[in-house]
Amino acid sequence: MDYFLTETQQMIKDLARQIADERVMPVRAELDEREEFPRDIIKVLADSDLMGLCYPEQYGGLGGGTFENCLAVEEISRACIGVSVCYAGSGLGAYPILLFGSEEQKMKYIPDMASGKKLAAFGLTEANAGSDASGIQTTAVLDGDEYVINGTKQWITGGGEAEIYTVIVMTDKSRGTRGASAIIVEKGTEGFSFGTKEKKMGIRASATTELVFSNCRVPKENLIGREGRGFVIAMRVLDRTRPGIGAQAIGLCQGALDTAVNYARERKQFGKPIISFQAVQHILADMATQTEASRALVYSACRFIDSGAKNISKISAMAKVFSSDVAMKVTVDAVQVLGGYGYMRDYPVEKMMRDAKILQIYEGTNQIQRNVIGQELIKEYAGKKKK
Amino acid sequence: MNIVVCIKQVPETTSVKINKDTNTLVREGTKSIINPFDMYALEEGLRIREKSGGRVVVISMGPPQAEEALREAVSYGVDDVFLLSDRAFAGSDTLATSRTLACGIEKTGDFDLILCGKQAIDGDTAQVGPGIAENLDIPFVAFVRKIRELDNHTLKVERMMDDGYDVLEVSLPGLITVVKEINEPRMPSLKGKMRAKSINIPIWGVADLDMSDSETGLKGSATQVIKIFTPIRDGKREILEGSIEEQIDLLINKLNDLKVV
Ligand SMILES: Cc1cc2nc3c(=O)[nH]c(=O)nc-3n(C[C@H](O)[C@H](O)[C@H](O)COP(=O)(O)OP(=O)(O)OC[C@H]3O[C@@H](n4cnc5c(N)ncnc54)[C@H](O)[C@@H]3O)c2cc1C
Ligand SMILES: Cc1cc2nc3c(=O)[nH]c(=O)nc-3n(C[C@H](O)[C@H](O)[C@H](O)COP(=O)(O)OP(=O)(O)OC[C@H]3O[C@@H](n4cnc5c(N)ncnc54)[C@H](O)[C@@H]3O)c2cc1C
Repeated sequence: MDYFLTETQQMIKDLARQIADERVMPVRAELDEREEFPRDIIKVLADSDLMGLCYPEQYGGLGGGTFENCLAVEEISRACIGVSVCYAGSGLGAYPILLFGSEEQKMKYIPDMASGKKLAAFGLTEANAGSDASGIQTTAVLDGDEYVINGTKQWITGGGEAEIYTVIVMTDKSRGTRGASAIIVEKGTEGFSFGTKEKKMGIRASATTELVFSNCRVPKENLIGREGRGFVIAMRVLDRTRPGIGAQAIGLCQGALDTAVNYARERKQFGKPIISFQAVQHILADMATQTEASRALVYSACRFIDSGAKNISKISAMAKVFSSDVAMKVTVDAVQVLGGYGYMRDYPVEKMMRDAKILQIYEGTNQIQRNVIGQELIKEYAGKKKK
Repeated sequence: MNIVVCIKQVPETTSVKINKDTNTLVREGTKSIINPFDMYALEEGLRIREKSGGRVVVISMGPPQAEEALREAVSYGVDDVFLLSDRAFAGSDTLATSRTLACGIEKTGDFDLILCGKQAIDGDTAQVGPGIAENLDIPFVAFVRKIRELDNHTLKVERMMDDGYDVLEVSLPGLITVVKEINEPRMPSLKGKMRAKSINIPIWGVADLDMSDSETGLKGSATQVIKIFTPIRDGKREILEGSIEEQIDLLINKLNDLKVV
């Protein structure tokens, strides 16, 4: 399919693909096995300018948008979404500053992220606050010129590896969701430490840890926007970044499809390549169709967001929910096409299947995405006149 | 530090076909790449620039399409590229190629260090690097696997040998040819690729290099290709049978018949 990419977009895709093929493919199984953070690959991506895709040029970026970012994420994901989440997760941490930060904050933090010198991470989830983010208990209390932060964030992607953390905290518990704020905490700040690294089913190259704050003091200039804006910031940021999960999904699907088709062409049973059996062709046909449909939806969502559109929640949730459900199905089918070999670690599809599951969970579970879409439908139709 | 890297565009595969009538390589249908060893030379040049500053200039001699190889070099972040291309260069042997490249290098300006690959995967002679150094009358070291020290006047390197390595020091300006053990070449960068798309590549011919027709091309070459062919390996073999003693006798008879012993 030709999606009429611009010359620059095609260049981004080609470059990301080259890096994925030459630097990610050969090591993905080992990174997964050893649960090793892909430092070297992040350095390659940084040196190739790919860390700076979605930041404005005045902060050292390349001035691209969601689409450019997603094209790179898609290609890296074709090789490994454990690696691509390390790349994309940094963008999630950076977006609160980029969208809502002051000029000083942008000047201070974005250039290092755009050059890839520093990674960022985003901390919202806590042990008792997952889908219901309003339940967060981490607090920040203003004391003179500093905020004093206490509490623990859980399952934070890039924990320990990133340098800059944008954290959602309660500055006024009495006001509920309106009492939350977004604040920047740098690694190395006294009172800020990391809990143990989680042992995960998939995306094992990525680091997922607790962020532990105990009387951690940060300058009050680290507050992003105003007090009380924390939830709005978090939700707006997630609206922007969800197509990135879609991009992970379509890359993953493509990787699974490529492996399955190639395998089916070579594997012989009953004296024929198994791809000659129509039952196998049909599995592959559905995998390909669903992958292409996801891609079309994710690309459209990206283009819509980059056009400057305001109401992006619904399309962004749709892109995430559809493509991640497809990714789960496509990777399960890929294992089926490879049969017993697919179940073994000698082939990449069992990892793809393990990896796929996270896409239905993080950045808001797929149930929550459907809630968002449902709410938007209610709003939309309430405003329309019945015919 | 001013660094010049020489890159050659070569066919991607090592099994190119030869046109029997013209004694030339059939290049149609095979993708061209930068000679793999030259990628290590390029990378080393960029690393030296990262450490010591200066500029990296890349030069290639070849037909007009060699421009593609130079554009690729730009995507890795080199400063300037130059193409030596002229009908008069056609048919150059290693002598004429070295001479022409040496003239081109001088025209690019002052240089401290010239980097070449250890050999080209098509021509395979490994003579061009040393040939350039001879023409410029500068010291050279072949098969370098590591640069140990480098300042504005001297260079200390490890030269790979079959049974270990030599440590050599040469004065600058100088030339080295590098082996693949020296580094791991980088990926292109996005900004590099964008610049590569639009950069204007100067093309120099015989006149630009102040050369005469008799110094380059077929006329400037000391060797002439009379015939090129792929050696046929007919792989005739025979398995001797019987007891060990019988086999030995049979073998001795065969060798006697062949008059090789
Ligand atoms: C590997 C990994 C990395 C992560 N990275 C980050 C990160 O970088 N930053 C960060 O802040 N968080 C991160 N998270 C947290 C992630 O966003 C949450 O896990 C997710 O939002 C779901 O929360 P929960 O796990 O507590 O599930 P719960 O909210 O407890 O949900 C459990 C189940 O109930 C369903 N459910 C809950 N409420 C409803 C409802 N109202 N309607 C219908 N169904 C509902 C859910 O869909 C789910 O199926 C990460 C999680 C993982 C596993
Ligand atoms: C089929 C065939 C037959 C040939 N027959 C003869 C012959 O009979 N006699 C003869 O003398 N030569 C012959 N050549 C050599 C031909 O002239 C060479 O292609 C050319 O001179 C370069 O030599 P090389 O390829 O061996 O490079 P090498 O000497 O192996 O290359 C070493 C390094 O020099 C540099 N370099 C080489 N060529 C260039 C270039 N064009 N531009 C920039 N840098 C370069 C690169 O850094 C390279 O890594 C033949 C070549 C071929 C392909």
